[in-house]
Amino acid sequence: MTVLDYNVLWYLVVGALFAGYAVLDGFDLGVGALHLFARTDEHRRLMLNSIGPVWDGNEVWLVVGGGALFAAFPNVYATVFSGFYLAMMLLLCALIFRAVAIEFRSKQPMRWWRQTWDVSFSVASVVASLLLGVALGNLVYGIPLDANGEYTGGLLGLLRPYPLLTGVTTVALFMMHGAIYLVLRTEGELHDVVRARVNDAIIFFVICYATTTMATLLYVPQMRVHIEQRPLLFVVPLATMLAIANIPREMHRERFGRAFLSSCFAVVGLWGLVGIGMFPALVNATDPSRSLTLVSSASSEGTLRTMTIIAAIGIPLVAAYTVSIYWIFRGKVRLGSMSY
Amino acid sequence: MDVVFASRLQFGLTIAFHYLFPPLSIGLGIVLVLMEGAFLRTGNPLYQQMTRFWVRVFGLTFAIGVASGIVMEFQFGTNWAAYSRFVGDVFGSALAAEGVFAFFLESGFLALLLFGWDRVGPRMHFFATLMVCLGAHFSAVWIIVANSWMQTPAGFHVVGEGLARRAETTDFWAVVLNPSTIDRLTHTLLGAWQAGAFLVLSVSAWYLLHGRHVAFARGSFRIGLAVATFAVLGSIVTGDASARGVAHNQPAKLAAMEGVFATGAPAGLHLFGWVDEQAETVAGPEIPGLLSFLVSGHTDAPITGLRAFPETDWPPVNRVFQAFHAMVAIGFALLALVLAALVQLGRGKLFETRWLLWLFVFAVLGPQLANQLGWMTAEFGRQPWIVYGLMRTSDAVSPVVSGGDVWFSIGLFTVVYLMLFAMFLFLLDQKIRHGPLEEDLDVAVTGLARA
Repeated sequence: MTVLDYNVLWYLVVGALFAGYAVLDGFDLGVGALHLFARTDEHRRLMLNSIGPVWDGNEVWLVVGGGALFAAFPNVYATVFSGFYLAMMLLLCALIFRAVAIEFRSKQPMRWWRQTWDVSFSVASVVASLLLGVALGNLVYGIPLDANGEYTGGLLGLLRPYPLLTGVTTVALFMMHGAIYLVLRTEGELHDVVRARVNDAIIFFVICYATTTMATLLYVPQMRVHIEQRPLLFVVPLATMLAIANIPREMHRERFGRAFLSSCFAVVGLWGLVGIGMFPALVNATDPSRSLTLVSSASSEGTLRTMTIIAAIGIPLVAAYTVSIYWIFRGKVRLGSMSY
Repeated sequence: MDVVFASRLQFGLTIAFHYLFPPLSIGLGIVLVLMEGAFLRTGNPLYQQMTRFWVRVFGLTFAIGVASGIVMEFQFGTNWAAYSRFVGDVFGSALAAEGVFAFFLESGFLALLLFGWDRVGPRMHFFATLMVCLGAHFSAVWIIVANSWMQTPAGFHVVGEGLARRAETTDFWAVVLNPSTIDRLTHTLLGAWQAGAFLVLSVSAWYLLHGRHVAFARGSFRIGLAVATFAVLGSIVTGDASARGVAHNQPAKLAAMEGVFATGAPAGLHLFGWVDEQAETVAGPEIPGLLSFLVSGHTDAPITGLRAFPETDWPPVNRVFQAFHAMVAIGFALLALVLAALVQLGRGKLFETRWLLWLFVFAVLGPQLANQLGWMTAEFGRQPWIVYGLMRTSDAVSPVVSGGDVWFSIGLFTVVYLMLFAMFLFLLDQKIRHGPLEEDLDVAVTGLARA
């Protein structure tokens, strides 16, 4: 392989890790965002336990994505995380709060205790989704970088309309994804309650999706260049749209597994559109010549080659036990002595 | 300067807090493997009860370790951007390898360990326990590789100029097996085993003193004592090897650890003391020639003193000296405690020796303190370098992050971590008061018959 092939490969690997995160922790965050809509303690416990055995492993995708970014594209890792400093700190605190809330909520029976953690869990999930979406929107829309590749915009510079829109869209996407996951994993009363409300989540998401698509075409026109030039790539937005359209159809026919798969596909498809639009950049700069690309921000060829070997050994193993764990914990959630 | 100080303070606080938990996961992991292994071999339901109780404790420590660990993974980028650009090619690979090989393994099988009792058979559950334990150890391997490379960099070359200057890997295995990796890895792992073993010993001793869950506590105590004995003895051996490695690879650090200013022979060893950095003297009892002997096997071998290095390259001498001496003192105190317990066990009086059991109740703090002090020795001792001899800590911070930003995040983490720690103690206390469950003695629960 030539040097450039490794860079492209790692663009895809890092992208795949974050896609894995969005698909897997996406439904955890969505369940969190929906948590306060559940009215009874039993429903809330069922919702928590639907993600109980897996949320921890799902969050690992973010950590490993961060590690892979550090190893493969250290300049992106350094620019984005130091540039978005305060937003990153809030994200980290939100993720800690979520973990703690899941862990501690059911350890005490008092009403105030459980309500405190219910609110923490839900707010932390919404804040984390929003911040991730806002960060992504900024990387797409373009951020001011100086000649050394350092971000010069400050915290308020991140809160622009387009990134805020992608932030809300991310919250909506995860809420829909989480709602479908809950329908799939629950039974009885909670199942019926969530099912009755899933359409609201779908409609909320579709409005956001349509708005973001329009806004991107109007205000971030460079995102369409690759698809314009290679019409074959039009398959990606088309398939994404069909997957989204398929969700209400499958829900209506009570094929919840298929609905959830469509939702997963939609998450990956949207992420793929971001990747195609931005390629070969990982960070768009306001001055395009300063954008951080898979060439300008990458590690050496030798390191990328070593990392490829590590990934080739590790990722099949990861896939094997991730699938096994989901298989072992398949079926409807029930509360037991070890539950949260 | 303010940003450098604040960033160091933040990293120090967050890593010190985080490092309370992974050693417990590693050490309890070993204890769990032994307990569940004993259950599978003997079928004695007491071992099942022990495994299930300690799994619940493990779940708690693991959760806090994960929650506080996410911060560490991103903090290099947020606060140490210049460092990240400089070393990403080398250091980033180790962190990524940790994620791929350790985190997925741990977190995946943790689900089975905690929630899989009635979903898989006992052998599969034991396999999950093994994998979680292995994952925790892998995690230590890659973190120690990354940190050891900062201490004794190898397998790289520096390319580029000015801001584009960076280290690139030339030999991956030389990075992984850099001169200090093996000594530091074994020493760190044994310190972690002590942390886990002494937690088990502490809780068991407390039950014995209160006459509660006696059979459970005796069984747990024996297993804890076995692990603790091995780990304490091993720590002394690996600590000796580590110190000799430091003498060879980072002589300025060794000089600070022992407060040696003038190069000379024979060099004595201070049992304890106080370093006057201005007068360049150490006050305290000294055994002549012992330092020379420990480093090279001869009482008359010369030891390089700090004056052989420019003062701008000196670590903070007294801080390193005190951290190191306190760690060693705790190590030997724990050795005395373990030996006393073995003697009493041999005489068949261990579980009636109340003063000794009370010492074990509080000894849980010993390994935790020693682990923290050991890391302080390693990290303060490396100063003023972030990568020894290559990059100074003061050049490593993020240029776009202000002191105010960092002080804000220090405040945020302080509040969140204090709350987290209070919760941890509260829940741990609850689990201990609650004790092992009677129903966990019922072998039918896990269906050993199915095995």
